[in-house]
Order: sequence, then structure tokens, then C-alpha cells
Amino acid sequence: MATQFAEGGAEGSAGRAEADASPLIYRTKLPVRIWHWVNALSIFVMLMSGMMIFNAHPRLYWGVYGANLDHPWLVISHRGTSGFVQIGGFEIATTGFLGYAQGVAYAFPPLVTIPSTYSLADARQWHFAFAWVLLISATLIMAYNIVSGHLRRDLALKPEERSLSHLWHDIKEHARLRFPTGEAARHYNPLQKIAYLGVLFVLIPVVILTGCTMSPTLNAAFPWLAELFGGRPSARSIHFLCAFGFALFIAVHLLAVVLAGPFNELRSIITGWYRLPKERSK
Amino acid sequence: MSNEKTSGLILPAERPSSLVTRRNALIGGAGLLLAGCDQINASPSVKSFLSLGEKATHGAQRLVTNRNALAQEFSRSEMSPVFRQNGNQNPNTAEYNALAANKFADWTLSVDGMVAHPLRISLAQMMAAPRRTQITRHDCVEGWSAIGEWSGVPLGLILKRAGMSSNAKYVVFHCADSTGGVPYYESIDMIDAFHPQTILATHMNGELLTVGHGAPLRLRVERQLGYKQAKYVMRVEAVSSLAGIHGGGGGYWEDHRGYQWFAGI
Repeated sequence: MATQFAEGGAEGSAGRAEADASPLIYRTKLPVRIWHWVNALSIFVMLMSGMMIFNAHPRLYWGVYGANLDHPWLVISHRGTSGFVQIGGFEIATTGFLGYAQGVAYAFPPLVTIPSTYSLADARQWHFAFAWVLLISATLIMAYNIVSGHLRRDLALKPEERSLSHLWHDIKEHARLRFPTGEAARHYNPLQKIAYLGVLFVLIPVVILTGCTMSPTLNAAFPWLAELFGGRPSARSIHFLCAFGFALFIAVHLLAVVLAGPFNELRSIITGWYRLPKERSK
Repeated sequence: MSNEKTSGLILPAERPSSLVTRRNALIGGAGLLLAGCDQINASPSVKSFLSLGEKATHGAQRLVTNRNALAQEFSRSEMSPVFRQNGNQNPNTAEYNALAANKFADWTLSVDGMVAHPLRISLAQMMAAPRRTQITRHDCVEGWSAIGEWSGVPLGLILKRAGMSSNAKYVVFHCADSTGGVPYYESIDMIDAFHPQTILATHMNGELLTVGHGAPLRLRVERQLGYKQAKYVMRVEAVSSLAGIHGGGGGYWEDHRGYQWFAGI
């Protein structure tokens, strides 16, 4: 059925009749859909419990040691009822969002933490339980991506997509909110591929490795981990930057879903079926 | 399309009220969401699911870590300029203050429980015993790290001297300090008890331990987090089970705050 529709619509011009019959294609396979939702759940739990863990010591350092009397590169704190974020020498007032919000003086407010009231112990239980979900599901999808050819066929940039001019064109199209239509929408576009590859090959591995680096036991088992990241406090900083990267990805990802048509996008990540957006009239 | 966009920009009279309503709805919804999340967090079945994760984490760490794998050791130049104090910083009981006033000359460490020869070890005997010195990183559960030099007697040596029973499974450390009237204690298993870097430290950074850092004796279990590093250790007890000792969780923080007993991550 999908093929029929796809072929029927590919040649279609911008007429109303063709628009209604624009092709429905089977775009997202089951393993990818399952992983997407399992990963989404674990990333949200990790981010929210991670923010509670961060609240216990809302300062980040570079180097092999880092505690209250040392120099942090990032602090989220408060003076009285004024929240602020300090990055290097700069300070930004963040009352109502960070440092002091919802009437409490924590780096991240109750609305975004697990649990909502301060509990480092509970947050750690959530964080380390869902770390397993993240680790196991990421390992399985990596294996699937490689074995099934999803990585090579759908995610890897095609040779012609690797040129700077092509990427620059894609950036301009995104900035104008002109997303691929028709046949071009059958595949991920280059920026989309880069975002997904960034999550799969940078954010997820680095967040897992820096997480392991913070474990004193794993530190004894794999001393090279702390060497690799320049010390436990550095690994903690990188772990936090990865979390920020995830948050940024989620924001852009959700924005893209909304702009590209939330119903169609949600259908494709739930059922796999995606309606190709009709060709734009030139 | 362009018509729609324009209409979105005008109608200023209507916009603010609908925004406020939406905002209120959002705040109300967030409140409900929070209440829901807290119920999930308190649910026994969720707690047991999460503790499965804890068991897996403990097991996996033991699995991939050689039982004698050493915690990273550092050079003097990498030490924290100031090693902050934390937790209880003075037991401040009449007995402890009397011992401290006499520079712990009358202090003894009791070694008992499942041992053939219970011991009472004076500070002078601790000083004369074989010792190990190590510059290691102290990782607090909160997230900060400090590097310091610790020197003391390997715990395994003391347990062997006391003739510990092979049926003992845990070593419990009873401390002089307490929080809100509840005594501090901690416990470790035999893998950590006989680990070469597990020492009962008398010195920190080349000097006798200060009261703030746990004088006269502090446990160092270098492959675990800070709350396992019991200060003011008065008694070492070998046991076959943690049940029946205080809250049964194996430590003050484990009993009262729900911290993981195995603090390897």
C-alpha cells in the first residue's frame, strides 16, 4: 500500500486532488520507534533526577579536585531571594528560573527535578536505575543501526551532503523554516542526520563514560577514564554539558516536530507511517 | 499562510487574557504533575524497581572491578590546597571531649564481634603498627572531590590479628559522633575490608587527624563515596549480618536518608 501511494504521489503537482492523496509511506521501523520512546523516557528521568543531584552541589570545576574552597567555572546559587548563574567572571540574574524559584533556593526548581522536594538519595536511585535503561537500550539500538544498515543507509551523510555548500544551503532552508517536501522528505535531511548522529555518537557515549568516571569504584577498575576526561571534577562538568546538549536537542527536536506538522511526525514515530508533505509550488 | 500569520499578530485585545488563562492552566497542571510525580516516587513498587537498579549497579561494579584494583593515587602537587571538612565536625560529648583534652592518650579502639581474640588497641599501638600512606581523592556523594594524603594501619592486618571468623560477612564501624542523638556508624563487606587501600587512618596530610577530620581514627575505603569514610571510629565489629544493628541498613545515612549501602557510584 505504501509503495502504491508513494509512486502515485511522487509525480503529483500541486493540485488539490493530489494533495489529499499525498503518499503515506512506512518510514520508521519498529526497533527505532521502540528505542525512541524508551530513550525519551530514560533521558527525561536522567535529566530531571540529574538536576536534583546537581542541586546537592551546584558548582562545576575543571581539574582533578574541586570543592567549595576551590574555583568553580559555573555556579547556580542565590543571595537571599535572588537567583543567579555565574559562568567564569559573568553573572546572570535568574530569579524565578534558576537559583531561586517557586519560593525555594535550589539551583533547579521543584518543577523540573525528580523528586520535586530535595532528596539526593531518591534522585540517585532514579538516576542509576534509568542509567541501566539508557545504557542497555543505547547498546541495542547501536547494534541494530549497524546490523540493519539503518546507520549506513539512513543516518550517514551521503557524499553529496558532506560539502559545506550543501550544508550551508540546508541551514538556510531550515532558518527559513522551509523543510523538505515531496521525495526529499522521504529521507532525513543533512542537519537532521547530524543532530541524530550527534546524539548517538557523541552525547550518549560521552554522558555514559563521564558518568562512569564519577564512580570511585569504576575509577579503580578503569583508571584511564579519569585520565581521558582530565579528572573527576572535569568529567562531572562534561557530564553536565552533555545534559545541556540533550536539553538543547530536545528543544530543537520538539520545535522541528511542531513546525513540520506534529500530527504527521507523531504518527510516524508511533506507527511508522508518514505522509510525505506535498511538493512546494516553486 | 501569510494571512494566518498576520492575524496572529493582531487582535491585541484578546491575546493577553487568553495567555493569562493558559498560563494559569499551565501552573495548575504543573502542580498536579508534581503531586503525581511525588506519588510515583513514594510508591513501594517504584521503590522496589529502583532498588533493582541499585542491585544491578552494585553487582556490575563488583563484576568489572578486580577485588584488589587500586583507587587512583596522586602526587603531592595534585593535592587540594584546602581539604574541606564535612559531616559532623566534632562529636562534642563529655567522653569524647575528655579523650581529646588528653590528646587521646586514654583512647582505645575495640575490635570485637566474630573474632577469636577481641582487641583493645591504644593510639600508641596504632602508631607503632605497620602502616600505609596514600594520596587519594575523596568523592562526596554531593558531587565535590578533594585530594588528600592519608596514613594509617591496614584494616585487614587488624582483623587478621584479632582472628576474625571466616563466617563474618561485614565489618561495622561504630563512631563517637551522632546526629540528632542518633549515633553514626558504617559498614563494609570483606572485599573492601581486606582491600590494600582500606586503612584506619591516624594521619591526614602528614599530621595527626584534627577533630574536624575525625580524630583520632578515621576509616578510608577509597573505592567508595565520602559517607562511607567513618570518622571518630571507636569500635570495629565483625558480624555475619547487618540486621539488628541500628536500623539494619548498614549505616547512618543508609538508615535515615535512604542512601545506597554500596557507595561505589
